[in-house]
Amino acid sequence: MTETRQDLTWQELEVGTVLTTPGNSDEYKTGDWRSIRPVVDSKKCIKCGTCYIFCPDAAIYETDEGFFEANLFYCKGCGICANECPTHAIEMVEEEE
Amino acid sequence: MGKRIGLEVSLSAAEAVKMANVDCIAAYPITPQTHIVEHLSELVNNGELDAEFIPVESEHSAMSVSAGVSAVGARAFTCTSSQGLALMNEIVHIVASMRLPVVMILANRSMSGPISIWNDHTDVMSIRDCGWIQVFANNGQEVFDHVLFAYKVAEDKNVMLPFIINIDGFILTHVIEPVEFWDQDQVERYLPNFEPVHRLHPDKPVTMGGVGMPTIFSEAKVAQDEPLKQSKSVIISAWKELGDIVGRYYKPIETYRSEDADTLFITQGSYGETVSMAVDALREEGKSVGLIMDRLWRPFPFDEFREAVSQAKNLIVIDRAISYGGQGGPLAIDLRSVLYKEKNQPNITNFICGLAGRDVTIDDFKNMYQKAMEKVKKHTREEDFEYYGVRGK
Repeated sequence: MTETRQDLTWQELEVGTVLTTPGNSDEYKTGDWRSIRPVVDSKKCIKCGTCYIFCPDAAIYETDEGFFEANLFYCKGCGICANECPTHAIEMVEEEE
Repeated sequence: MGKRIGLEVSLSAAEAVKMANVDCIAAYPITPQTHIVEHLSELVNNGELDAEFIPVESEHSAMSVSAGVSAVGARAFTCTSSQGLALMNEIVHIVASMRLPVVMILANRSMSGPISIWNDHTDVMSIRDCGWIQVFANNGQEVFDHVLFAYKVAEDKNVMLPFIINIDGFILTHVIEPVEFWDQDQVERYLPNFEPVHRLHPDKPVTMGGVGMPTIFSEAKVAQDEPLKQSKSVIISAWKELGDIVGRYYKPIETYRSEDADTLFITQGSYGETVSMAVDALREEGKSVGLIMDRLWRPFPFDEFREAVSQAKNLIVIDRAISYGGQGGPLAIDLRSVLYKEKNQPNITNFICGLAGRDVTIDDFKNMYQKAMEKVKKHTREEDFEYYGVRGK
């Protein structure tokens, strides 16, 4: 990812748009690509972690209580977690303005 | 003063690459570039040049390897023609955007089809907008000098851009010409070691060639185009320094008997020498004619070109490539645009000729002069260009 800051002028870019600070891709918010978001029903969730394994963006993390939730800074809303959940505990709901 | 040696231009070009002390040569053989790379492989094999010679499996790999070695701070050389250039096209653009000072000799050959191994400029014109510095050489001496010049300019801290030296396939690559070699101490005075601005090194990790989102992409492109435009001042001072060392002074636009000429031929590459003889012949007949040779193609030398043609009434632009469905050859299209705002615009007659190595002789250029004068007299605007010498046209 080349430069997450949106106010840089062309003069401020490094030669060849080189990134001199490694590992800055985690600053890039992919969450704003999302039109639908996963909502977990903790009554149905059996804490199996299938969603955690299948998430292609590694955006799902385990909470202190052992449930699994999506980090909405990164979650693109692809819906794979909801599709794979064996107890249908995850519902994809429309993002609203 | 270096030695003057009679040698095939390809071999003397390879010797210049050796004198530039490159670190890596990655290339795939293709006619008419072959002798350059062949000779470099000999120089590496017999220990005369301490460099990695990487016989890659394709031109795509040749340019990819050149990008990689340049990114770690090594001096990279490659060389291709025609279809080979087309195959490396993807990486050609990336090397420029990554600001890697790779130097490439392009032994100009027509793009197929029909399949052709012979010379014209359709290959280089297909990547005109790739972001590399591009020059045309007129003869073997210019090729030799411009190899060393190319590294000097490309690796300048304020430039850091790749560099293409265009040399006409066969017409230049395969002829034997006297070339004055530099002494190695002249090379060392002229060409400092390559010190990259950024390099791939585990001690200080950086990312090269990352994704650029729409919010930054346009800024990244201007940050690429501005140094290319501004490289002209480095180019001019590097030519001056070259002249001070070896006594040959080069300019972005070369002129021949042009000062008082009503009509000017405009050429790129080795046709300049043929046209200069046509100019001599036409002058003997009392015609007011001269010649402009465009050496620097990108960045285009706008001021120098406008100055060189400011007194001319007619321009005869010689193109060796086609812009299919366009308004003439690429050079003529560019030059019309350059002169668009000028008050006293000259008549521009454009001939596309010499495709795929078809001979264009002194008499042909004299004939083009006659045709151009007739067109000017008639003020014909219905055809902006002419395919010269095409049967049935």
